[in-house]
Amino acid sequence: MAQTKFIKKESLSAWLEELGQDHEVLAPRFEGDSIIFRPYDSEKGFFIDREATAPPKKAIFPQSETLLEYSQIKDMENLSKIAMDVKETIPTTSYVVFGNRPCDARGFTMFDRVYLNGEKVDVYYKARRENTYFITLSCEKGEATCFCNAVGSGPSDPSGSDLLMTPVKDGYYIESVSKRGEELLKSSLLTDGSKMKAEADKYKKAANASMNKAPDFTGSPEKLLAVFDNGAFWEEMSDKCISCGACTYLCPTCYCFNITDEANGLKGTRIRSWDNCMSAQFTSEASGHNPRPAKANRLKNRVGHKFSYYPDLHGGVISCCGCGRCIKSCPVGVDIRQIVLSAIAYKPATKKEA
Amino acid sequence: MNSNPYLPAMATIQEVIEETPTIKTFRVTLNNPNLKKDFTFGPGQVGQLSAFGIGEATFVINSSPTRMDYLQFSVMKTGEVTSMLHTLSAGDQIGVRAPLGNAFPYEDMKGKDIVFVGGGIGMAPLRTLLLFMLDNRKDYGKITLLYGARSPVDMAFSYELPEWLERDDLDTHLTIDAPFEGWEHNVGLIPNVLLDINPSPKNCVAITCGPPIMIKFTVQALAKLGFEDEQIYTTLEKRMKCGIGICGRCNIGTSYVCQDGPVYTYAQLKKLPNEM
Ligand SMILES: Cc1cc2nc3c(=O)[nH]c(=O)nc-3n(C[C@H](O)[C@H](O)[C@H](O)COP(=O)(O)OP(=O)(O)OC[C@H]3O[C@@H](n4cnc5c(N)ncnc54)[C@H](O)[C@@H]3O)c2cc1C
Ligand code: SF4
Ligand code: SF4
Ligand code: FES
Repeated sequence: MAQTKFIKKESLSAWLEELGQDHEVLAPRFEGDSIIFRPYDSEKGFFIDREATAPPKKAIFPQSETLLEYSQIKDMENLSKIAMDVKETIPTTSYVVFGNRPCDARGFTMFDRVYLNGEKVDVYYKARRENTYFITLSCEKGEATCFCNAVGSGPSDPSGSDLLMTPVKDGYYIESVSKRGEELLKSSLLTDGSKMKAEADKYKKAANASMNKAPDFTGSPEKLLAVFDNGAFWEEMSDKCISCGACTYLCPTCYCFNITDEANGLKGTRIRSWDNCMSAQFTSEASGHNPRPAKANRLKNRVGHKFSYYPDLHGGVISCCGCGRCIKSCPVGVDIRQIVLSAIAYKPATKKEA
Repeated sequence: MNSNPYLPAMATIQEVIEETPTIKTFRVTLNNPNLKKDFTFGPGQVGQLSAFGIGEATFVINSSPTRMDYLQFSVMKTGEVTSMLHTLSAGDQIGVRAPLGNAFPYEDMKGKDIVFVGGGIGMAPLRTLLLFMLDNRKDYGKITLLYGARSPVDMAFSYELPEWLERDDLDTHLTIDAPFEGWEHNVGLIPNVLLDINPSPKNCVAITCGPPIMIKFTVQALAKLGFEDEQIYTTLEKRMKCGIGICGRCNIGTSYVCQDGPVYTYAQLKKLPNEM
């Protein structure tokens, strides 16, 4: 049975301070014009009234992280003989992400199928995932760019979260979603919340009702494949794109990475960092051949991966949480919803009878 | 090999063979005796070799699982990692993440005739399967090998060729692109020589690997000889990083070359989106 609690609005900072004793707390705050998740600092506070500009992806999937440390050990008896010592660096920090939206937490469920449930388990991701708690805030209403309701989610969807907070009078109603989420509820700042359930339910219902009509992505896997070889279609869709990569870096469900070495004398590190399939380098091969030479090829892969290949591999689940960030932050107004809908609506111009 | 799929096993280079001006072969053994004892792979599987400080790159394990004294990788110098690997010599340490990817379905090929068509460094993935079949010779029917390179100098594994030419249970044909003094084998492009050899597609599989353009024309020649798409195997190269289906780099539609490949039948390739 899920535990339900209540916290007064003015107690939130104190609660974060408490949580900060055992965990690194990440909370969104303004940085310039952007709202970014940063280590919580009581002086700088937090801002949870709107969806953050960037998702809290780095808690579990840092922009850059060390996988290995190596050092070469010279044999002083025989200088041409060098032994190599290689160590893995499994992360141990425990994070609490506070004030993320349901789409942000659900985004990691897209990672999980690939990073945890494939043939090989990504031990770095696993360590971070198991050490990270999400205290998610239900949304009050959908923004123009939100479409979580079209991808099997919604403004108070608890999937991927450990706790779900819903605003009620003077504070927040908190439900435990995962068993481990209950560990975070021991604070004396939290009181019994069972009486607020009705009010929270009402809030959630109103939020659901406020959402824009969900675009209908039914059939996207086949329809995107059907236009795969249609160069003109993809040229048109990618016409404006400037290959800046903002859409992938800000996306809670984008998980591609690169692995590179950094040498420092006899020692060095092997690092993994975010990569992005919208860049020309991504697939360029040693022979000089590039299977995705033009931005049209690359946009096709980005949209295809999320709305066709991933669903085909993972029981129909679309690998997009509908957060709308790629739409909001694209400098030239590329809208992934429109691309998928155009592919679904596409009818070959000259359809002759066989 | 390891519970951390990114952690390479350390290995020692036993021998470096200069194959051609741009290709070196590395024979390595794993340092950890238990790993070494338990290590297995199927012909066609690949490994990531680490040049620490530079990075990793993907290479076919081109030795045979029937000969486990060492693992062999042949490396063509093209960029940063491969250049660094070319500086290594016997006794040096190297990181190995293997085996990755799929193998040739050598069990399903039992009882069949086999035609190998290799071009240049593309001979590497064929070599592992060829040696495996030669070591299990009675399981397979007639084995034909057609191996081509630009010139005799560019022919890797040249030290093995005399033995292969001599064996009467292996029908070996060598070819180079243009006449060369002292060359007493075929001259001509691989697909043309293949048409001359004229292997029968009956109860036969063809396995081809080489530069994309060579594969393309070889597949056309095989089709002309009556081979069905299901009878033709090839291996694909894609830029790879993780090698375990996670980093998202090597996919063609739903197929991840690092995991579902590198070995595909031509019939499988035809079903994938057109993004080779
Ligand atoms: C399944 C598989 C099996 C393989 N088997 C073998 C094998 O048995 N033997 C073998 O020799 N090879 C094999 N390869 C190919 C081998 O993996 C590549 O040749 C190798 O990865 C090249 O690595 P590199 O670091 O030396 O090249 P890189 O340094 O990565 O450079 C290669 C090329 O990439 C381009 N490039 C890279 N970075 C940039 C940049 N920043 N800007 C512009 N251009 C850039 C350039 O064109 C450059 O020349 C295989 C590949 C695969 C996928
Ligand atoms: S594709 Fe766009 S809307 Fe979907 S999860 Fe990524 S950033 Fe959000
Ligand atoms: S954010 Fe927009 S312009 Fe930038 S790569 Fe993505 S689609 Fe292209
Ligand atoms: S190389 Fe990373 S997914 Fe294939």
